[in-house]
Amino acid sequence: MSNHAHPAPTPLGGPLVTSLTKTMALLIAIAGVILIVRLFFGIGAVTNVNDGYTWGIWVVYDVMVGSAFACGGYSVALLVYIFNKGEYHPLVRSALLGSLFGYTLAGASVIIDLGRYWNTWHIFTPGWANINSVMFEVAACITLYIFVMWLEFSPVFLEKFEKKDLQKKLGKWMFLVIALGALLPSMHQSSLGSMLIVLGTQLNPLWQTLLIPLLYLMTAISVGYGIVIFESTISAIGFKRPFELGILAKLSKVMWWVVLAYLAVRVVDLVVRGAIGEAFKPNVIALMFWIEMAFFILPAVLLANEANRRRPDKLFLSAVGMMTGTFLLRINSYLVGYETGEGWSYFPSLPEIGLTVGIIAIEILGYVVLVRLLPVLPKHEAAAAK
Amino acid sequence: MTMDRRQFLKGVLAGGAVAATAAPAPAEARGNLTMPPQAMGLLYDGTLCIGCKACVAACKESNGLPPEFSTEDQLWDTPLDISGKTKNVIKMYKDGTGDHKDQEKDGYAFMKHSCLHCVDPSCVSACPVSAMLKDPVTGIVTYDEKDCIGCRYCVLACPFDVPRFEYDKAIPKIVKCELCNHLDSPDNKTRFQYSACAQVCPTGATLFGPTAELMAEAKRRLALKPGTDHLVPRGKLNGADWQMAKAAKYVPQVYGETELGGTQVLKLSAVPFEKLGYRALPERSFASVSETMQHSLYGYLLFPAVVLGGLAVAAKRSMRDEENQE
Repeated sequence: MSNHAHPAPTPLGGPLVTSLTKTMALLIAIAGVILIVRLFFGIGAVTNVNDGYTWGIWVVYDVMVGSAFACGGYSVALLVYIFNKGEYHPLVRSALLGSLFGYTLAGASVIIDLGRYWNTWHIFTPGWANINSVMFEVAACITLYIFVMWLEFSPVFLEKFEKKDLQKKLGKWMFLVIALGALLPSMHQSSLGSMLIVLGTQLNPLWQTLLIPLLYLMTAISVGYGIVIFESTISAIGFKRPFELGILAKLSKVMWWVVLAYLAVRVVDLVVRGAIGEAFKPNVIALMFWIEMAFFILPAVLLANEANRRRPDKLFLSAVGMMTGTFLLRINSYLVGYETGEGWSYFPSLPEIGLTVGIIAIEILGYVVLVRLLPVLPKHEAAAAK
Repeated sequence: MTMDRRQFLKGVLAGGAVAATAAPAPAEARGNLTMPPQAMGLLYDGTLCIGCKACVAACKESNGLPPEFSTEDQLWDTPLDISGKTKNVIKMYKDGTGDHKDQEKDGYAFMKHSCLHCVDPSCVSACPVSAMLKDPVTGIVTYDEKDCIGCRYCVLACPFDVPRFEYDKAIPKIVKCELCNHLDSPDNKTRFQYSACAQVCPTGATLFGPTAELMAEAKRRLALKPGTDHLVPRGKLNGADWQMAKAAKYVPQVYGETELGGTQVLKLSAVPFEKLGYRALPERSFASVSETMQHSLYGYLLFPAVVLGGLAVAAKRSMRDEENQE
């Protein structure tokens, strides 16, 4: 993954103990306490999940949304290595680092929500594994992808510790690692949507469609670009680095095309199935559907104007729209649009939110520490001056 | 070998086409599963039910479940719904003055809620670790906590909201009716020989037996002229216990005959099922739709393998181009 046509990635350096990292550490400590209570007194002791809404934000946010937000590495790798767009290469490493953290934590955090977590290994063991279960595909595929991603990222460590031989050996097989890194997320990001199909009529027709895997996949890819724009903006401000406008403007055009395609598929599917009528009923479900759609339409409209693609504020807004839309598609399809029977309600409890916040804090802390220590971000004059 | 994008895309498409034609089996739609040969079940006739809840108490006794309180004094076991402590409840419908039994307007009616033992259960399809299984002979949908990871996909998937979870325990499990199949074990020390709810039912409202015969019994009742005196079996089919009943003005439907490909627990009612928490459901099982989708995409991993080949070629080319640039 070395690339000498672009400025080589270098460690950012700088202080590790700052008010940001201290705050993150505190949030992680709070999440740790919540986790201990959960382990000793059960899931119900800290969450509001119930038999009507048995999956709360620990699954729907931490895994469904969390892994989608971790698609930056996947989406950029698709561009660079599958569609041979070398000009996006400087984005690869930091995108991959975000993905590595996002996915590792999504995979680890789901275990917190498993009631009988000590049996987790059953999923991967013949005799237990049920290949008819969409969840089996998701679990196996995400786990494999996490390993693949560590391999994809390993040149960074190997560079740091100067293991040249190993790096060369790995380099020979890197094309296969990268191909797997493009295949596996396509599989499980769509399957996260396929998991809804077995819910049948419990899920509102606005989301219950055989195209839901495609909708999940398309939003995972486009939010991958959104995340890269989001992270680049934040780290430009946070690390006082120059904003990489040229490359992000081009990337936003790719995102624009994907979100346009998504909106086309989404609307045609709703009309063809005759489900669009649900969107005009006077209820919360229809309202949430329109809010979800509005956040996808936001980047579609903003980025249609070419001048906006060169404005950091508009780029950032488009990325946030993309992320919020992706978040809402998942929240709406697993929670808002789902009804298993009358009389159930769910809203996450404070400790439940606290644990999720702690997981996000681990991601931020990990990202900050690693870009300071490892060669991830492309070298800049300003960065060298510290 | 050089390959431009057009060639690459052609290759992927051609590969996909080959995979699609070479593997008709995984792409084939999976239909509904069919009723096992000796499917066992229950027939619940709400018009015979008197709401005594002897079945609720017997279920707790047979399954060793704790009481559940909903009154202030916390004296009586008064579950309002099935839960991690309750596998079977009798629910009540009431409209207006609630004066007349089995009447939609100004009346009331009873409904039993417990696992329906679907012919093609969503929970079994959803469970990633085969903790939910359908017995190939009796069709009873069983659960084994030793296999379970506690993901609760079964809770989410079940269209009848049946599997429940112990949210208040550090070592929790799923709780659902298994038709008292534990009573078949030689070390059964309880007073029950078959599904406890049916065995204790004083009116024959809950009846145990082979599903096919229960269906015939249900159809017989539906064919009766309302008000006709007739004999109904009590406890189980083909037993010695019978009693007199008056045929009700039934809704002309056996709930569970076609719903999602059928269930082994059947229900009769004089008040529309929709009012009693039992929704109209399509005939095609949700499990079959889900599995058809999944196996069309992933049968024998053929499609992913072909795509991986295409991706590997593309990745190799991109990396070489990158080196050439150096």
